[in-house]
Amino acid sequence: MRETTAERYARRVVLSLLALFVLVPLFAMVSSAVKPLRDVQGRFTWLPTHPTVAAFVDMWTTVPLGRYLMNSLVVSTCAAIVSVAVAIFAAFAVSRYRFRGRTLFSVTVLSTQMFPGILFLLPLFLIYVNLANATGIQLYASRLGLVITYLTSSLPFSIWMLVGYLGAIPRGLDEAAQVDGAGPMRTLFRVILPTALPGVLAVAVYAFMTAWGEVLFASVMTDQASRTVAVGLQGYSTQFLVYWNQVMAASLVVSIPVTAGFLFLQRYFIAGLTAGAVK
Amino acid sequence: MATTIGSDAAVARRGRGKSTPPPGTPPARRRASAAGRRRPLGRSRLPYLLLLPALVLELGVHIVPMAVGAWMSLREMTQFHIQSWSTAPFAGLRNYRATLDLDTATGRELLHSFWVTVAFTVASVALSWLLGLAAGVFLQRPFRGRALLRTLFLTPYALPVYAAVITWTFLFQRDNGLVNQVLDSIGLAGHRPFWLIGGNSFAAILVVSVWRQWPFAFLCIMAALQNIPGELYEAAYLDGAGFFQRLRHVTLPMLRPMNQVLILVLFLWTFNDFNTPYILFGGSAPRQADLISIHIYESSFHTWNFGQGSAMSVTLLLFLLMVSVVYLLVTNRRVRPDA
Repeated sequence: MRETTAERYARRVVLSLLALFVLVPLFAMVSSAVKPLRDVQGRFTWLPTHPTVAAFVDMWTTVPLGRYLMNSLVVSTCAAIVSVAVAIFAAFAVSRYRFRGRTLFSVTVLSTQMFPGILFLLPLFLIYVNLANATGIQLYASRLGLVITYLTSSLPFSIWMLVGYLGAIPRGLDEAAQVDGAGPMRTLFRVILPTALPGVLAVAVYAFMTAWGEVLFASVMTDQASRTVAVGLQGYSTQFLVYWNQVMAASLVVSIPVTAGFLFLQRYFIAGLTAGAVK
Repeated sequence: MATTIGSDAAVARRGRGKSTPPPGTPPARRRASAAGRRRPLGRSRLPYLLLLPALVLELGVHIVPMAVGAWMSLREMTQFHIQSWSTAPFAGLRNYRATLDLDTATGRELLHSFWVTVAFTVASVALSWLLGLAAGVFLQRPFRGRALLRTLFLTPYALPVYAAVITWTFLFQRDNGLVNQVLDSIGLAGHRPFWLIGGNSFAAILVVSVWRQWPFAFLCIMAALQNIPGELYEAAYLDGAGFFQRLRHVTLPMLRPMNQVLILVLFLWTFNDFNTPYILFGGSAPRQADLISIHIYESSFHTWNFGQGSAMSVTLLLFLLMVSVVYLLVTNRRVRPDA
């Protein structure tokens, strides 16, 4: 089957336009990050006329970006570890056993993932405030509280993706392990998990990413001390001026690690995201 | 994923007929359940033990907050009662009535926000899907630079939301933004319009939403396209089918199961989107782009009337559930006769 000339040109035009659409904001982000403040306040220019790394230096002092980064890092790492650890066992149960309530569990997990975040925000806020009043446990504006709220989105997704990965591992491997006398836990840790390792890693990265990028809960459930990057970036705009060059520089810095992680593991996301639907 | 729900239910139903699996059971499943029977702990308690941590957390982060939300929506949960919730008086359905009553400003504004969200969601999902399909189809055959383009196309989805949206906020600035600069240079925007306030804000948020979302459609469509056997295209080609005929008679039918799920997921995500308007407009959305999530957020935290906010959230949830169920029923019915 050969590509006709018309098809080839259509392909080039469409793909070029899409690439342009994606690239223009990314380009503007990078080029504005290396401009001095004066140059991002006037008319927009494509290329920096006075390239400088000043924004990358100043951004740490204009707002306490280091502290925000630390908060984001701690909260996202904890959320990722907890949700993956819990999800591994749940996904093992769902993918390897038939039991009463299995369908109910799967449907609940799947649907809560789709529920509006705002539905959980007001109750969690109220619960945190009243829990602190009643018992003195401070969850509001604490990192622990934020981790718990982040599980609302990362846990269902992790379970769902891992069910897909574990389900794709041939049952023959389990049986071979059983014949060798391995119990279910040994089978899970020695046989299934090593085989599914890239998938598990992809799920962990995804859970980390969702927490790293979360805005809704972070905007309500944090204070000056526990603020994450997601909310902290708004600190670059004051009443009188916006440090656009520093905003872009900080955006770049907080984006590069997670974006690189995602793109590096893209193959496994494709497998995981579609596992449920394709089967 | 919906197809999986269906097949899970079927498996569970089959599973209940314990002794011998019916002839239709695929061999892999049969072997798995046979293996389950051989395990001493296997059938009864182990799956529940494995699920226990997930169940406890699910209960804590989803079920309990939802129950509290439903309870709040029936209470007069105003600023005087938020600190000690037990004092909030019972309000019956008053919060719902206030929310849905079109004679009040609250009700009218909610309905307005609802229609804005519907229009926004339909446009954003349609455009994201279309771009995803175009990129998927044109990246189907190998050529030099294909892997690079695929990675580039996925980048907007991989960026943290706030970094992506705040960049767009910058591009849409009236005086120093890129958008007006480009429009100026091709002579289209003599008076430099505002993009983030007034009527243009709807177009602005639509562009940002599509930019962020279409890579997800692309990712899913690309994965589904990989599973279409090349012979189908060869056969269609030999029968004289052109590009659009192959698209219509081979690609789209084969993408159907994926599309069914993809469109529902995109719909729910877009409808519930809070991040994009919140960051793009810096906390207070203009009326023309007053999406429902931010509307509920603002009306809850400006007035501290959590009872009414919860009534709105619960109503939103019921609406989304209803749409999802109807969607799945309709799309599943249309599949069945062919299957």
